[in-house]
Amino acid sequence: MDWTAIKEYLPLYREALLLTMKIGWIGILLAFLLGLLCAAILHFHTPILRGIVKIYIELFRNTPLLVQLFFIYFGLPKIGVRITAQTCGILGLGLLGGAYMAETFRSGLESVEKIQTESALSLGMSPLQTFRYVIQPQAVALSVPGFMANVIFLLKETSVFSAISLMDLMFTAKDLIGLYYKTTECLFLLVIFYLIMLLPVSLLGSVVERRMRHAGFGD
Amino acid sequence: MQDLGIDLLFKGSNFLRLLNGLWVALRISLISVVISIGLGLLVGALMTLQNKVLKVIMRIYLEIVRIMPQMVLLFIVFFGSTRVFGWNISAEISSIIVFTFWGTAEMGDLVRGALISIPRHQYESAQALGLSTVQTYVHIIIPQTIRRLIPLSINLITRMIKTTSLVMMIGIVEVLKVGQQIIEANRRTSPNAAFGIFATVFFLYFIVCWPISKLAGFLEKKWS
Repeated sequence: MDWTAIKEYLPLYREALLLTMKIGWIGILLAFLLGLLCAAILHFHTPILRGIVKIYIELFRNTPLLVQLFFIYFGLPKIGVRITAQTCGILGLGLLGGAYMAETFRSGLESVEKIQTESALSLGMSPLQTFRYVIQPQAVALSVPGFMANVIFLLKETSVFSAISLMDLMFTAKDLIGLYYKTTECLFLLVIFYLIMLLPVSLLGSVVERRMRHAGFGD
Repeated sequence: MQDLGIDLLFKGSNFLRLLNGLWVALRISLISVVISIGLGLLVGALMTLQNKVLKVIMRIYLEIVRIMPQMVLLFIVFFGSTRVFGWNISAEISSIIVFTFWGTAEMGDLVRGALISIPRHQYESAQALGLSTVQTYVHIIIPQTIRRLIPLSINLITRMIKTTSLVMMIGIVEVLKVGQQIIEANRRTSPNAAFGIFATVFFLYFIVCWPISKLAGFLEKKWS
């Protein structure tokens, strides 16, 4: 292990980490909003939109991010849609994540039993009140483990961005290996930086999941 | 359509080449999935044992797989092992190693989940009815576990297939790489081919994965 080389590469990796985090978290935010929107459309049986959302979810859940990025980054400019690599990364992650988040939220909403809606309605609550005070709190609790798993999955997927020449961690490692041939050091740093990025999220996920396990109601 | 590269698909053996590329990716994922399911059953059973040392080891193993992107693992096995140990592992073998390593952990976790989801009273009722331990497992526990596991392992197959698109990054010529080659070769005659070709690759993946995940969803509903 060549420690001077590691010291030399450190700033490059730090920069790459910042970029990866930036794209990752903006993408996840986008995915979260998109997922909420899609889950709401599915839950409230909106006509037409429901069909579109269903097609979108199936399309993006059943194709790899790498292929989606290639299509967005190399394919779309050919029909006049030109976007930068960063926007493409955020968009790709957001679209992929949106489909996964939508599924998670939808199944969270669905697993609140029907009898709860019926009881709330027969107690004289309006549909809006039922959703706000009965369904939504339970659905949120039920969706949390899936949501955390999605966040980790999406952060891991950012490693694919190097394919569209974004200077993320993976790209930096590959670049440095090609330039200086210090494979061991570069891979070591790569692992360390992914640990820095993902270990806190993973630990947080375990804690939240354990706490939410007691949130089940009525069973 | 002339300009968007759809016509390229029908030129020469382009479409066949794409399908061949798809098969390369599918073969890797199928081999890995078969090994993963076998090893995963074993690992999952090990995880339910009440052995402290084993628990810690399994926990670390799961955490590594949960945190490290598959691409990083691919790079470590493909480039790192050559550098550190001087091994010469082909790209295909290293991707099978990585995907098996990943798949085994995923499958093991599913098996563990399925095993502990069987309520305690099932074991106790079986015992109260006079069944032996082996009988309990053969007639009561395993059939239920398998029912829960089959949809989940089918889902694992689609995830494996989607993840194998990464092997392109360590130089395996699979469907995406073939697509790139076709685009490069026809750069002059049809400069906009990237749209059509990558759209085709997109739909090829969809056509492979969609029926499998539908099947998983169907079985899950039927058996729940």
